Amino acid sequence: MGGQQSGIKNKMILEFLSVPENVGLARVAVAAFAAQVDMKLNELEEIKVAVSEAVSNSIIHGYGGDPNGMVRVEVERNEEGLVITVEDKGKGIEDIALAMQPDYSSSPERMGLGFAFMQSFMDHLDVTSEVNQGTRVRMFKNIEKVVEK
Amino acid sequence: MQIFFSMEGKQLWARIKGELDLENADTFRQELEANLDHARPEVLVLDLTGVTFIDSSGLGVILGRYRRLKKEGGKLIIYRPQPQVRRLLELSGLGKIMTIMNENGEQIGEGFNNGWSAIRN
Ligand SMILES: Nc1ncnc2c1ncn2[C@@H]1O[C@H](COP(=O)(O)OP(=O)(O)OP(=O)(O)O)[C@@H](O)[C@H]1O
Ligand SMILES: [Mg+2]
Repeated sequence: MGGQQSGIKNKMILEFLSVPENVGLARVAVAAFAAQVDMKLNELEEIKVAVSEAVSNSIIHGYGGDPNGMVRVEVERNEEGLVITVEDKGKGIEDIALAMQPDYSSSPERMGLGFAFMQSFMDHLDVTSEVNQGTRVRMFKNIEKVVEK
Repeated sequence: MQIFFSMEGKQLWARIKGELDLENADTFRQELEANLDHARPEVLVLDLTGVTFIDSSGLGVILGRYRRLKKEGGKLIIYRPQPQVRRLLELSGLGKIMTIMNENGEQIGEGFNNGWSAIRN
């Protein structure tokens, strides 16, 4: 089967309007998906924060608070771990390297913590973006191999 | 999210329950501001015992209130954060500038105030 060949064990896609209520929905859904395999409680907390940050960024920055955008969250589990992708079709990021610097925020009210949290809680983070096209954040979380007897 | 406010001497206590994220950041900010305007406390104690989740949106609101109190000569104290919340407070650097206390009134963060005396005085 396709899923087996590509090493994908399970997959989930969530799409929702860019309204703040959906931040909690997204992180709880992804955490429930992640919890299908043995995960430490602490790791689930880390995943929740990372998803919350990426989805919040799409709503706040990508769509600038416009509730009519769509945010897409895709989660895949393979042998190695979880691949979480958060995507919007918002305004995009001009300078990704700058945006990802800890403490950088384009908004004076914010601290620029989002990318820093994603970076420290996930094992890999990769951001692609195009101005006026949107932004895609891909995060990878290792699943520690449980030694089978 | 719910907040229960009470005045204890010159301290305004805000006991918060639930999750602090983008969904309720505006309400969280507005309720704190309204109660600060009204009570004009010397110290704002944010009791985080009942907070099960926080992210950058919630941390941003806390930092904003810290700045306001500092400007007005007041103090902000974080009381009893759960481990995952405390970890984010520390990672964000807020733990360095704010006083964090446990249930015994002992300071657990790196903030530069000392224990209960910071609250009581
Ligand atoms: N999906 C997105 N679309 C457009 N711009 C984005 C997006 N995500 C992030 N950015 C830009 O990257 C900057 C840094 O993001 P980051 O999450 O690190 O900080 P922040 O959101 O500004 O602050 P905080 O996360 O502490 O609330 C943002 O200020 C914004 O300019
Ligand atoms: Mg952010």
